[in-house]
Amino acid sequence: MSWPQFWIVLLRVVATFGLLLLVTLLNVWAERKILADMQSRIGPKRAGPFGILQTVADGLKLFFKEAVTPRKVELGMYLLAPFLAVVPAFLIFMMVPWGRPFMIGDNEVALQGADLNIGLLFILAMSSLAVYSVVLAGWSSGSKYPLLGGVRATAQAISYEAAMGLAMVAVVMFTATQGDGGTLSLAEIVNRQSGTWGDVIPALEPVLQFVPRWNVFPQIVAFVIFFVAIIAETNRAPFDLVEAEQEIVGFHTEYSGMRFAMFFLAEYVNIFSMCAIAATLFLGGWNGPTFEGSVPGLVSALLPTVWFLAKTYFLIFIFFWIRATLPRLRYDQLMQLGWKRLIPAALGWLVLSAAVISFRQFGSPWS
Amino acid sequence: MGLVKELIKGLRVTGGTMLRTIAGGGLVTTEYPKEMRVKPQRFHGRHVLNRYPDGMEKCIGCELCAGACPADCIYVRGEDNDPENPTSPGERFGFVYEINMLRCIFCGLCVEACPTEAITMTHLFEFSTTNREDAVYTKETLLMERDGTVPHMFPDDELADLSELDTADGWMRATAPSGVAAYEGTMMWQGTPGPADWAPEPSQEERDRRSGEGATDD
Repeated sequence: MSWPQFWIVLLRVVATFGLLLLVTLLNVWAERKILADMQSRIGPKRAGPFGILQTVADGLKLFFKEAVTPRKVELGMYLLAPFLAVVPAFLIFMMVPWGRPFMIGDNEVALQGADLNIGLLFILAMSSLAVYSVVLAGWSSGSKYPLLGGVRATAQAISYEAAMGLAMVAVVMFTATQGDGGTLSLAEIVNRQSGTWGDVIPALEPVLQFVPRWNVFPQIVAFVIFFVAIIAETNRAPFDLVEAEQEIVGFHTEYSGMRFAMFFLAEYVNIFSMCAIAATLFLGGWNGPTFEGSVPGLVSALLPTVWFLAKTYFLIFIFFWIRATLPRLRYDQLMQLGWKRLIPAALGWLVLSAAVISFRQFGSPWS
Repeated sequence: MGLVKELIKGLRVTGGTMLRTIAGGGLVTTEYPKEMRVKPQRFHGRHVLNRYPDGMEKCIGCELCAGACPADCIYVRGEDNDPENPTSPGERFGFVYEINMLRCIFCGLCVEACPTEAITMTHLFEFSTTNREDAVYTKETLLMERDGTVPHMFPDDELADLSELDTADGWMRATAPSGVAAYEGTMMWQGTPGPADWAPEPSQEERDRRSGEGATDD
């Protein structure tokens, strides 16, 4: 690897990491502000303009607080669990392309931590790995409530991961028909969503030329299933009985100070990552009008990132909106929704998609 | 499908509330230290020991407030007045007067019990202290000044709202504004603490003469 390439890789990773930290700070603040608006309150407004530094203040406070270690903990696992939560959360976002690649000299710079050709598989692997942090945190605390919380969280995460994975498979199958063979690379999935549906179906071009070629239109059912599943996957309301803020018997009950802050950080990083993945898979990622030629070059180079953030924040806003609206599900309702509704629906949609795709590729089996 | 319909109905409520709040209406909270909510007229806040307009203390050291207190937080010790230089218009005055604010439940029974309306309640409600001794309010803290102003625990605090002390839960003068014991029983109400904003009442003879009746007794 030559030196310029090395620096470019370093730049990509650091920029992605920095973006993720920055938006996480903003997200915590934005959630509190939006929830306050929805509940006729004012919300944080003292730290910085509009209270935008509230998260920084809270983080500093947690950083300087004593991290209490209860007597009965399994120390090794207890200390390891917060890191197991944070590391996969950051690694997931490394797969997501958050801007259009551009050239520095002869070297292409992709605005993406790393473009793995098994990107989606890696995402699924990392989100499964995050379950370990939950179950280990619950078990190693040496207390019954975190243990119960950890067991509940594990059951929830595993159930909804199935629905999430099946929804992803439908998208992957569909994407394979949109270009040259199948792919799991997120950069390639985004590339195949550029343009409009008018380019694909010339017969309906007058209407469809205004419809962007996003996967959400042919895969709307998969999108809904995926969205519900990622709400549960990130332990957000109405599926937040993992931590249950009001009852406070979650898996991180015995954590305090910076160790708790790491679980908190992981949760918000996961929200952003998962919404970014949803935007990438279904809403065309960074695709969008760049007005090339009519606006300065820098603006049209930055616009894809703006589109990406706008789509992601639209989904995040829906997260917050749902949190302000819905009461928490009971545990049996949670399991019922996961196993009896979402997974059958995802399987049915998968079979339907497969049938349509093979029909279009090979014709009807009886002909 | 009913579930989806209900979901959309709920989302409309929260979304509508958000738009209303952003437009600047319907807030149910205030920015507390910066912006004080107007408290009800009869708010039960910190106590104050009143004076007559001539500077006499109203408290006569009878300890009825201490007896009425359900939380046992008032401690009073009376002392005989110096005839040459009386502290209160009565025989005795409150020599020691202490209220333990950690125990007080702000029921207002002391105010009810007081025969001379010496103790009333203000609108002050910020009692934070850094040690327990400071929570026991002594006579210096409770007794109003001779000019009618009420002492504030932290008058120099930038957040202290001294105007809270001007409105109390009905300032009543149990006797004539002059404080002469002969006028006991003539009650008058005044909206704020401090010297009366009305003219002194006429003497008993003056009033008897005005009503055309002679002195009946003595």
